[in-house]
Amino acid sequence: MNMSTEFDVVVIGAGPGGYVAAIRASQLGLKTAIVERENLGGICLNWGCIPTKALLKSGEIYEQLSHLGSYGLSVEKPSFDFTKIIDRSRGVAKQMSSGIAFLMKKHKIEVIEGEAKLEKGNPSPKLVIALKAGGSRTVQAKNVILASGARAREIPAIGAVSDGDKIWTYRDALAPKTMPKSLVVIGSGAIGIEFASFYRALGAEVTVVEAIDRIMPVEDAEVSKAAQKAFEKRGIAFRIGAKVSKVEKTKTGVSVTVDVGGKIEQLAADVCIVAVGIAPNTEGLDAIGLNMDRGHVVTGKHGETNVAGLYAIGDAAGPPWLAHKASHEGIHAAEHIAGYKTPNVNSPIPGCTYANPQVASVGYTEAGAKAAGIEVKAGRFPFRVNGKAVAAGEIEGFVKTVFDAKTGALIGAHMIGHEVTEMIQGFVTAITLEATEEDLHGIVYAHPTMSEAMHEAALDAYGRVLHI
Amino acid sequence: MSIDILMPALSPTMEEGTLAKWHVKVGDTVKAGDVIAEIETDKATMEVEAVDEGVIEAILVDAGTENVKVNALIAKLAGEGDSPAPPSKAEAPKAAEAPKPAAPAQGGGETAAPAKPAPVAPVAADGSRVFASPLARRLASAAGLDLKSVKGSGPHGRVVKSDVEAAKSGGAPAAKAAPSAAPAAAAPAAAAPRQVQSLEQMGIPAGSYDLIPLDGMRKTIARRMTESFRDVPHFPLQIDLEIDALLAARAKINSLLEKQGVKVSVNDIVIKAAAVALKQVPEANASYTPEGLAMHHHADIAVAVAIEGGLITPIIRKAETKGLAQISAEMKDLAQRAKDKKLKPEEFQGGTFSISNLGMFGIKSFASIINEPQGAIMSVGAGEQRPVVKNGEIKIATVMTVTLTCDHRVVDGSVGAKFLAAFKPLIEEPLTLIV
Repeated sequence: MNMSTEFDVVVIGAGPGGYVAAIRASQLGLKTAIVERENLGGICLNWGCIPTKALLKSGEIYEQLSHLGSYGLSVEKPSFDFTKIIDRSRGVAKQMSSGIAFLMKKHKIEVIEGEAKLEKGNPSPKLVIALKAGGSRTVQAKNVILASGARAREIPAIGAVSDGDKIWTYRDALAPKTMPKSLVVIGSGAIGIEFASFYRALGAEVTVVEAIDRIMPVEDAEVSKAAQKAFEKRGIAFRIGAKVSKVEKTKTGVSVTVDVGGKIEQLAADVCIVAVGIAPNTEGLDAIGLNMDRGHVVTGKHGETNVAGLYAIGDAAGPPWLAHKASHEGIHAAEHIAGYKTPNVNSPIPGCTYANPQVASVGYTEAGAKAAGIEVKAGRFPFRVNGKAVAAGEIEGFVKTVFDAKTGALIGAHMIGHEVTEMIQGFVTAITLEATEEDLHGIVYAHPTMSEAMHEAALDAYGRVLHI
Repeated sequence: MSIDILMPALSPTMEEGTLAKWHVKVGDTVKAGDVIAEIETDKATMEVEAVDEGVIEAILVDAGTENVKVNALIAKLAGEGDSPAPPSKAEAPKAAEAPKPAAPAQGGGETAAPAKPAPVAPVAADGSRVFASPLARRLASAAGLDLKSVKGSGPHGRVVKSDVEAAKSGGAPAAKAAPSAAPAAAAPAAAAPRQVQSLEQMGIPAGSYDLIPLDGMRKTIARRMTESFRDVPHFPLQIDLEIDALLAARAKINSLLEKQGVKVSVNDIVIKAAAVALKQVPEANASYTPEGLAMHHHADIAVAVAIEGGLITPIIRKAETKGLAQISAEMKDLAQRAKDKKLKPEEFQGGTFSISNLGMFGIKSFASIINEPQGAIMSVGAGEQRPVVKNGEIKIATVMTVTLTCDHRVVDGSVGAKFLAAFKPLIEEPLTLIV
């Protein structure tokens, strides 16, 4: 066991929060190390954001093949090789992860492979690292950034626990050996919906169970409704307002018992995906006297905790559980440690779901704004009358804007449709720069683009829509 | 038929002004000659009189609106026989720099809001633009908050929503309407921006003083004096003048001409003497310009007059050609109208030389700040009895000290001295003024 004190910052966890924090710390001249127990890039690159996008692209192209006739095209007997689809996804993850290794090297960040445990220390908690290669190493740094992330939440009481075979979490669903013919997906958040969309595109029978009375509950109610309709059109079945009381393995697969308004139903399928949220990786932290709230570390504006020298960011520090939120917090924490004055940029955090169709949103939903006591002006514009969308044959969905009626500030935007995840950034920028309706009405949108629907939705909120 | 009332031009060069005040409201009956509004330019406030008879049908520009273009429609008058239409603001002209307000609704849910001019980009005390988000700008405007007084916390000091909200609630990062300690003068872009601190930051808590908003005249004085003091290389020349003969001559003139209503002041004689001296030393009656030195043909003497809220400098044109009685009469009229804020711009803009007299306050001597683009300004102190040495003997004389502040770019020390040397005998032997 050797002792080292030469680091200004040690980051625990090399996910999108941790590795970005490490790069920023290094940029600011801090001697930095990062501890990772598994793969550089964390869940995002290896088991989340990135590999799912690879799968979904395969699914989207395959689904597109069945509509080729409408474009005047045809292929003979489209088919797929499930193993190759999975292999491609794993290859993409591997490529991105090795990119992180390069970045760590470039920024002279020492990568310590192993699992860290925090103990009381001075001036920050001491790290005792069980090295992957064997043995342990103790690191006493000036500052520690905890970016330990989260894992799938499981519910042992009802049997909703991964067995790696019939009952899956996202991790199992990303690399199955065979293509399931039928699935029950528990939970209709982004993760559940993306897997439902992917497996349905490849032809599986998919049923999504949601406990709340609408799917994608964090989205605007109008988007939820449109999304359910769009997915049902593709053959996905839904049980909404449905409580799962039991998940059991059967001889042929799984049986999921759901209670829909008192009516008990047994859903049988090859496999079940448990997508009911995440559980933060924060066990054992009470030993150093860290303030916690329902499993999440309580943090201040810059990620600082009640323990001297310890910062926490990303999933470990609470919702929303999104990679870009973690990266953002990581940058803030690193800058705070370095004494860099981070400008006051108050960006909202967008959320994206890469199903077919895609869903993207930022800021207040209409109902959420009203509940917060804000007088609202909302506007909508459907893609079915947008020239580019019609030409591309992608007329599903719409853009919705939510304005504060009193100040004219854009406070929320919601979209469903083809590649809307690439469009939401326009509204994120607008909200961050505190644009008002006059700005959004005056901004010029390239023609023909689907983004023109953003302009129209902003105009519609003020009764000025042009193309309806 | 309704009659359009347009923004008047107070001078041939005026392009825009502030509609300071309305004296009428919608529905009021006016007749020709009635004062209906006050227009403020950077130095003067002028009354706008009704030209026609009728009923005010609509007021289209709110009082206090800045940068109203000349000939913009500001009100409508319903002529005889008209029934006034309901007041409308829909056609309100925009303030010159204001962005175009949202067009009225083409049906649909929008209720046409009064087309209030959007807030314009304000300018910081150092003359640079205040960066603020569109929302911050709108919130500040709605709250009647001057963005200049709000400390921006965004990137590069940009004022964001939270700053305005904090300022509204008197919160920490913003100095709520706290005037800056730096001179509120617009500096040329090239000048290094000054660090502006709020009074609060300098230890004077809010609430311990009353805040008088800056009016057009105060802003102009602040800007012009700062620019002049900083940018003009100036130096003072001082000379003592014996004025016993002048006082005697003045007393004689006034007693002889009393019946004609002539009452000449010492200052009137100083004006005349300065004008004659400028005629004798034309190099001192000049302005520096980048293109060359402008040698003025006439001595247009600007005389500082203290008025409520500041000062103004009405001008005796071609003073070298005018007699004392005329100068005196003109000065009385100009001073009175200056105090009533009724001077026309051409009556206070464009002098070639200035005189400022604080003698009546007992000030012995002082050096004024150059009134650009003039080459010099004369500061006149009090006439008082002082011991003077003449031929080795101490005698008592009434002495007045004048200080000439010169713009060294055009009036060198020798030129200033030459002017004072010409001025001195004109004051000490006022008979020479007749010549």
